[in-house]
Amino acid sequence: MALDPKFIGRTYPPTAPYEVGREKIREFADAIGDANPVYRDPEAARELGHPDVVAPVTFPIVISLGAAEQVVFDPELGLDYSRVVHADQRFTYTRPVRAGDRLVAVVTVENIKTMAGNDIITTRADIATVDGEHVVTARSTLAARGTGDEAGES
Amino acid sequence: MAAVINYDDVEVGTELPAQTFPVLRENLVRYAGASGDFNPIHWNERFAVEVGLPNVIAHGMFTMAEAVRVVTDWVRDPAAVVEYSVKFTRPVVVPDPEGAVVEVTAKVAQKLDDRRVRVDLTVTSDAGKVLGVPRAVVQLA
Repeated sequence: MALDPKFIGRTYPPTAPYEVGREKIREFADAIGDANPVYRDPEAARELGHPDVVAPVTFPIVISLGAAEQVVFDPELGLDYSRVVHADQRFTYTRPVRAGDRLVAVVTVENIKTMAGNDIITTRADIATVDGEHVVTARSTLAARGTGDEAGES
Repeated sequence: MAAVINYDDVEVGTELPAQTFPVLRENLVRYAGASGDFNPIHWNERFAVEVGLPNVIAHGMFTMAEAVRVVTDWVRDPAAVVEYSVKFTRPVVVPDPEGAVVEVTAKVAQKLDDRRVRVDLTVTSDAGKVLGVPRAVVQLA
């Protein structure tokens, strides 16, 4: 069944604050094999003008994918998560994510469409500090294969 | 933000140093743990084959993270990347034990206002291009 376009524009409640820790940033940088000291050494980060270590460019996915679960698992929307693949991803920064940040994500459904029998949903997670300073926006487009009405395949 | 590359020193067509990234199952297990994405298609061959994939595939976000290192290693400060986007067009298949290799090249595609540039990347594995229109907007010095 195709997703209901009435969900376009729907905004979900803010997530609980995510506290960004130095060790989590280090773990993520290790996992992607990125040896840049700015992720690990506060002194190296300060040399580049940052108050503490910063996170890799794609790190906000840790926060935004969790936040997007509100949409993905919204029973009213009825997305078939077992068929979902990640179609595209964009990060738009105001400033880098830093250790010590307490970040809240607000997720909005930006678009829903059906293309070649696939339900396509784009969500936007606006990630800001608990004090309201915008840090990064993460846009994710998910495609649920063969669930739209047009193709009629299963 | 303190990029070490000066806007005045680059032109459209300037190539960034290319890099090659090996991808082994171990990398995917570590990435699953660090990112919280435990979808078994990224570590369980039996499950991956059952759902119609040729083998375990890399997280698209893992490939996206590797690719941008060509940009962040160039400018040194990852905070110089103000925008980064990709489409996930083709999976990186990661057989065990040989794994896969992802090759990344990049070049300056456009000089923008405010000493920013658009960098277009090309990200390939054995199967061809694995990311669609991967590009980054980078704040230079």
